[in-house]
This record gives sequence, structure tokens and C-alpha cells, in this order.
Amino acid sequence: MDFSIASILLVDGLTNGAIYALLGLATVLVFAVTRVIFIPQGEFVTYGALTLAILQTGKVPGTIWLLLLLAGLAALAESFQTWKRHKSVAAATVAGFKVLTFPVAIGVVTIWAAPQQFSLLVQAGLSVCIVTCFGPLVYRLAYQSLADATTLVLLIVSVGVHFILTGLGLLFFGAEGFRNPPFWDARFSLGAVNLSGQALIIALASLALIVMLWLFFEKTLYGKALRATAVNRLGARLMGISSQTAGQLTLAMAALIGALSGLLIGPTTTVFYDSGFLIGLKGFVAAVIGGLASYPVAALGALLVGVIEAFGSFWASSFKEVIVFTLILPVLFWRSLTAGHSDEDH
Amino acid sequence: MSLGKIGWLTLVSALGLIALLPVPEFWITQLNYIGISSLAVLGLILLTGVGGLTSFGQAAFVGIGAYTSAYLTVNAGLSPWLTLFIGVGLTTLCAVVLGWITLRMSGHYLPLATLAWGLALYYTMGNLQALGKYDGIQGVTGLSLFGWELGQGRVFFVMTWALVLLGTLFMLHLLDSRVGRAIRALKTGSQMAESMGIDTLKFKIGIFVISAALASVSGWLYAHFQRAVNPSPFSVHSGIEYLFMAVLGGVGHVWGAITGVTLTKLMADQLQVLLPRLIGTSGSYETIVFGVLLVLTLKYAPDGIWAFVDHKLPRPPRKVNWQNAAPLPQRSKPASGEMVLQAIDIRKEFGGLVAVNNINFSVQAGQIMGLIGPNGAGKSTTFNLITGVLGLTSGRVTFRGEDISALASRDIAKRGISRTFQHVKMIADMTVLENVALGAHLRGNRGALSATLRLDRAEEQSLFREAEIQLRRVGMGDALNELAGNLAMGPQRLLEIARALCNDPALLLLDEPAAGLRYKEKQALADVLRQLKSEGLSILLVEHDMDLVMQVTDRIVVMEFGTRLIEGTPEEIRASPAVRAAYLGTEH
Repeated sequence: MDFSIASILLVDGLTNGAIYALLGLATVLVFAVTRVIFIPQGEFVTYGALTLAILQTGKVPGTIWLLLLLAGLAALAESFQTWKRHKSVAAATVAGFKVLTFPVAIGVVTIWAAPQQFSLLVQAGLSVCIVTCFGPLVYRLAYQSLADATTLVLLIVSVGVHFILTGLGLLFFGAEGFRNPPFWDARFSLGAVNLSGQALIIALASLALIVMLWLFFEKTLYGKALRATAVNRLGARLMGISSQTAGQLTLAMAALIGALSGLLIGPTTTVFYDSGFLIGLKGFVAAVIGGLASYPVAALGALLVGVIEAFGSFWASSFKEVIVFTLILPVLFWRSLTAGHSDEDH
Repeated sequence: MSLGKIGWLTLVSALGLIALLPVPEFWITQLNYIGISSLAVLGLILLTGVGGLTSFGQAAFVGIGAYTSAYLTVNAGLSPWLTLFIGVGLTTLCAVVLGWITLRMSGHYLPLATLAWGLALYYTMGNLQALGKYDGIQGVTGLSLFGWELGQGRVFFVMTWALVLLGTLFMLHLLDSRVGRAIRALKTGSQMAESMGIDTLKFKIGIFVISAALASVSGWLYAHFQRAVNPSPFSVHSGIEYLFMAVLGGVGHVWGAITGVTLTKLMADQLQVLLPRLIGTSGSYETIVFGVLLVLTLKYAPDGIWAFVDHKLPRPPRKVNWQNAAPLPQRSKPASGEMVLQAIDIRKEFGGLVAVNNINFSVQAGQIMGLIGPNGAGKSTTFNLITGVLGLTSGRVTFRGEDISALASRDIAKRGISRTFQHVKMIADMTVLENVALGAHLRGNRGALSATLRLDRAEEQSLFREAEIQLRRVGMGDALNELAGNLAMGPQRLLEIARALCNDPALLLLDEPAAGLRYKEKQALADVLRQLKSEGLSILLVEHDMDLVMQVTDRIVVMEFGTRLIEGTPEEIRASPAVRAAYLGTEH
């Protein structure tokens, strides 16, 4: 291996690592606020990439129908719950419509916009909006009524949701893979290091997103509410922060991050309906490196995962997944030595 | 004949009938697959439903069993009966390493580690030349016994299901034993179990290994039934499917394994035909249905399908067969007046906060010592320092002359200090008697193997005899077969005291035993404490309820803001202006 190969691998690893970092952050965020170990994070990645791919062909993506379906179910659940509590048909209808508003609006816009073949950026924006809507709906349908269950039960629910979303992905996108066009197909060379425009975009977008997340948590009331919920759910509730709103908001953010990651990774690899699982799990390995608690360590861990994966694929290409996923064992070992005793977790 | 025996007899004869009657081959094959998977799911029931841990790696362990046997029989010509043990050995090794790494941290690291490890193993199987890459290993021999081919039909069916039923029986035996009670205690968190002297890490690794070994046997059967192996049935998704089967069937019930696997396999068969026809293209759409069912089950029937059957079954009280059991040996007790517990300058700092500031006190044999103080005085911290839940910053605690400052909870329990909890910690779905017998854990020594083979019955009888004696001692002799979860607060507190007494302690530590009790219940508690004292037991009582403390204690230590305010007899404490000021504030 000479310097130029090493530099290519390094750049490659860091670009993928940046995406894993985003996913890792989303995982840590969801776990901190809701105690859900969110295995389906990767499905948002797939949905993001494939929605854009279908929009590119000028058709209405299947995600829209899925979105409307979930929104319908969530609206029914919400109406029923409101009716049970207030015994008022009017209140129940309003509650149902509230859930429907956003998804239906997005649906209508997409159905109108799809055949118009707008520019790539517009379509990308639309894709992100569509997928982001999934977050709160998934929380509403799968997790909300189980919010007080144990971490173990929530984890099992997560694998159920993963099964559902992957299966539906196959149903709505088909088994065929897509590769999106790059957002910027320029190439640069800095001495011996070659950089593609897409790599730059990934790096910049990830950085921008991380900064925005930081601003959100530090400067906005909603961000602070989420942090409060992460520290102490009951305490936050007593301060008037609804844990349901916190959960839905968190999953909306997770979906947003997932969709963006999907858009970023779309041009660098062919995405199939089930590709998200592995991509998401690499973000997961990063999150575990951060102990499911530390954002900066998770981000650094993600870059490490990306680089190890890149070099792994050079030296032993068929074993790169083995290398990446085995990495979690020494990491956990090291954590178990430093973390000391576990506690009364229930 | 008991209902259980009739049930078993029915099952065994059903097995024979299916083998003998002209059941279509298709169903025999189906039943073979169901049996093979049931073994793996049985392991998950122990791990997840009983132990409160979970793993996505069950399919990977099945894979290790299958690949080990396939590779060694095909390439090294070994007998499958030998490779079975090699496979189980290898699986055990993996499980021990994985468990040892992850189980010292919180519970969710095991599933995460098995998820990643399962993926790694899948890609290893799929890429290793020696294992035939994604094509796997073909031409695995079938099983034969003394030259007699077991085939893939009825004989194989009988063997598989004999193994499944045997596994189920062993599991039922295991759960109804000293070890079983310890395993069931894991779910309530480690603190209670550790204070009963249970090494929770060892038991967690233990059940993970047992569940992995069952998976390995399942894999061995699979390899020699299928006569070929390839990586796909051992993927992480299959691991998740095993978990799905366990949850659907009833993750807390041993019979949930067979129930869950049967339902899932039958459903999968129907769905694999129905869904593609409905949707128009082929694909594994049944995962959608499984996912939805999984979420719905957890929401609306968290105990699974078997729970509905289980509710209908009669619950006969445990047969009393321990009247003539050998009494458990007792430890030598301190003579009256001997120094039992001494806290010497004990101190605990949390960062900059001094929670306990160089406290000194001692408890003598046959004495009830009260530890009181306003909220936040450091009583509970002191309690945790003595019981080994927290480590001392400085100072020493001695028990009967021995320094116990650096010991873990379970080693302190071993020396004869028993405790109760401020928030009652018991196993709600076990009977009062079984909960109390858990307290005698350290006085037995039978392990998992003798439990499965029922070689532990004599010891079990002794343990139950002791449990009953202690329950009678605290006045709960008529609630032996009640489920602990159905008890009111007062009896729950007494249950904890009886459980603590089962350890034959020289010193009993009670953490706010009167909290949440009604007047009558408090009186009953006071009577029990006085009676225990008259029997020569030493007690350290941390309590808020002045009335109770004044009634029963010999001496009282009052704490305020982490320091010792005063020590004296109840009368002295009652008369002390300093104590009054601490509780009620001073006049200005």
C-alpha cells in the first residue's frame, strides 16, 4: 500500500464515517430521550435514498402511500384514544385530523410535484420531508403506549418495527436497487489526495447537521425540553414536558437524520430495500463505542468505524463486515472494564 | 394421578401415535422442523422470559452447532455423536466469552453485542472458503445409531421430539429448584439477588450458556436432518425470528417455546403462499406480518399465547413433603452481649458531598439498635455502606471481629448479615414460600445439573422446611402458597423479614420496614421484632416511624446531615432537645 491508496481509503472511510456519525448520533439521541434502542434507524436511510430515486424517475414514490397508510392508522388510534378520554366525537375528529394534516399535505404536494421533474435539490428536500413524517407516526403507533415498558421490551418492539419497515420497503420499492446521481460531480486533487464533490458534500452536510443539532439542543426551548427528558423523564413530565411529544419529536429528528444520511450515501453506493440495516448498525457500533450516552465519542467512534471498514475492504474485502462488527467486542470489553458495576436497571 | 402426569402421558402417547399412524410425510417433516426450532427457542425462554436478558444471537449459536458438526463429519469423518459435543463445547466457549464481556454492564449490551457478533459470524460463514462460502457444506451424513439409520422421517421425529420434551422437562425441573429461584431473581435487578448471596454475574453467564447450548443441539439436529448447511438460516434475522417465536408463545412460560414455534411455522407456511398471491410478486412479505404481530403481542398479550392456557390450568398448592426433612445446619451465634457489628469512623463522599461523616456506633448481640434521622440524614447511605452496596470512602466496618469493609454484598450475606429493602424486592410470580426459600440460597449447594435430574430433592425439602419455619416465626404460616404479588404491604414486609431469617443471620438489617404500613400491620411488625429479639437475634433498624422505634429498640443513634447527633436509650432520645430541634426545628 502506498500513500495514494492510503489517502483514498482514508477519505473514503472518513466520508462513510461521517454518515455513520450522523446515524450514531440519532441512535444516542433516541436512546437518551425514550430508552428505545432504535434498530430501524437504517430503514429511514433506505427510505430517504429510494424515495429520491423514484422521484428521479418522475413517479410517485411508494413511501407516499405508506405514509398515508400509517397516518391513517395513527389518526384512528389518536381519535379513538381522545374519544375514550373525552367521550366527544368532535374532539376525537379534531385529534384525528391533527395527525393527518402534515402527512396528507406532503402527500398531495408530492403527487403534484412528482411528474414535474423538478431539480435534484427540490426533490431531495421533498424526500427529506416525506421521510421525516414517518418518525412521529412510527413512535405513535409502535412505542407510545409502551413508553413505560422495560428497555428489553422496547428493544424487542424495535426489531418488530425493523421487520415491518423492511418488509414494507420491499413491498413499496421492490427488490431492485438504485443509485442516485451525485449532487456535485466535481473532482479536486490536493496534492496526492483526490476528493470528489460528493465526499465534500457529505463532510460539509454532516458537519452542518451536527452544528445545527448542537444549536437546537443548546439554544431552543424544544431542544432543552428533550435534554430534560433525557436526564429525567418523570421530572420533565412534572415540568409540563409531555413525554409523548418528546418521543415524537425525537423520532422526527431521527427520521430526518436518517433521510439526510440516505440522500448523502445514495450516490456513493447502490441502495436496496434492505441496505439500511447494515448501514444503520454501523452507526450503532459507533453509538455503543460512545456508551449510548456520549455524542462526541459516538461521532469519533463512527469515523473510526468508517476508516476501519475502508482499510478492511482493501485488505480483506469479503471480510470487511466481519471486521467492523467484531470491533464491537473489544470495545465492549474495554467499556466493561471502565464502566465498572452496572446497576439496578429495569 | 396428578394433572401434570396426565399431561405428560398424553404428550408421550401423542408422540407415539403420530409416529405409528399414517400421518402424511409432509406433516412429519413439518413437525421435525418445529421440534428442531423449539429447542433453540426453549433456550431463549430461559434467557429472556425467566432471566430478563435477551440475545439476537440464538441463530448464530444454532449455526455454530450445525457448521461444527457438518464440517467435522464431512471433512474429518468424525461421528456425529462426537461432533455434537464438540459443537456444544465450541458454543459454550463463545457464550462464556460474550457473556463475560457484556453481562457486567447493563442488560441491553448483551443483545447489542450478539447482534453485531451474529452479523460477523454470518459473514464469516459466508466468506470462508473452508466452509463453502455462501453455498455451505453439502453431503452431510444422516444420523445413525449402532448402524441403524434414523433417517429424516418418523424415527428422526421421535428422537427430535424426545429431545424437545426432555429439554422441556429439564427446564421445568431447573426452574423449580434452588438454582431456578436464583435465576428468577435476576429479573428483579441484581441488588436483591446479591444480598441473598447469589453471584448474579455467574448465573447470568450460566443461563446464557445453557440457552446457547440448547441452540447448538438444535443446530446439530438441523445439519443432520437437512443433510446440508448454508449461512442463511443462521443470520441475525433468523435470530430475531427465534425471539419472535418466544414472545408469541409466551416468553415467561416453558411451554411457550413449543407453542410459539408451532404457531409461527404454521403461519409462515400459510403466509408464504397467501401473501405473494395477494401482492402479485414473490418476496418474503411475511416479515411484515411477523413484525406487526410482535408489536401487537407485546402491547396486548405480553405474556404470549400460552398465558391464556396457563390461566385455565389449576394451580395446586405445593405438596407438603418436608416435615421429615433434615434440618439445615445452623451457624454459631454470638453470645448475649458480645459485640456483633461495629462501625468505626465510616465515611462516604459523593464528589464534594459528604453523605456520611465519620459515624461510629455498634450493635451488641441480642440488641435492637435504631438508626433514625430526618430525611437526607444519611441513614440509607449508612445502611448501604454496611451491606456492601456502596464502598466506604474511609473508616471500617467489623462484624464479629472480622473486617467486612471491602466485601461485596453476597460475601457479607455469607458471614451472617441479612437485610430487607426499603422498597420491597420480591419475585411477584413466585409463591410466598418460594420467595422465602430464596433466602436460604447460601445454605444449599446443589447446582443446575442435579436440579435438572432431580437429585436435589432432599436438599429442596430442607430448604422448604426452613422457609416454612421462618414464615411461621413471623406469623405468615397460612400464606405459604399465596403468590407474592397478591400480598398487601404489611405481609410483603414480613415476607422480606422471613426471607432474611432464612439465611440464619446473626444480625438482621431492616431498612424502613414500617414504611407504607397501616396501624395494625405496624403492631404486627413490632410484635415480630420483639419476638426475634427475645430469641436472641441482633437487629439494626433504620426507620422513620418514631412510634415503632421507641417501642422496640434498646438503643438509638440519631443522624443529621450525615453526622451522628446523639446516641442513647429511647428515653434519652425522647428527652433530647437536640433531637427535637433536628426534627421540628428550633424556636427563634
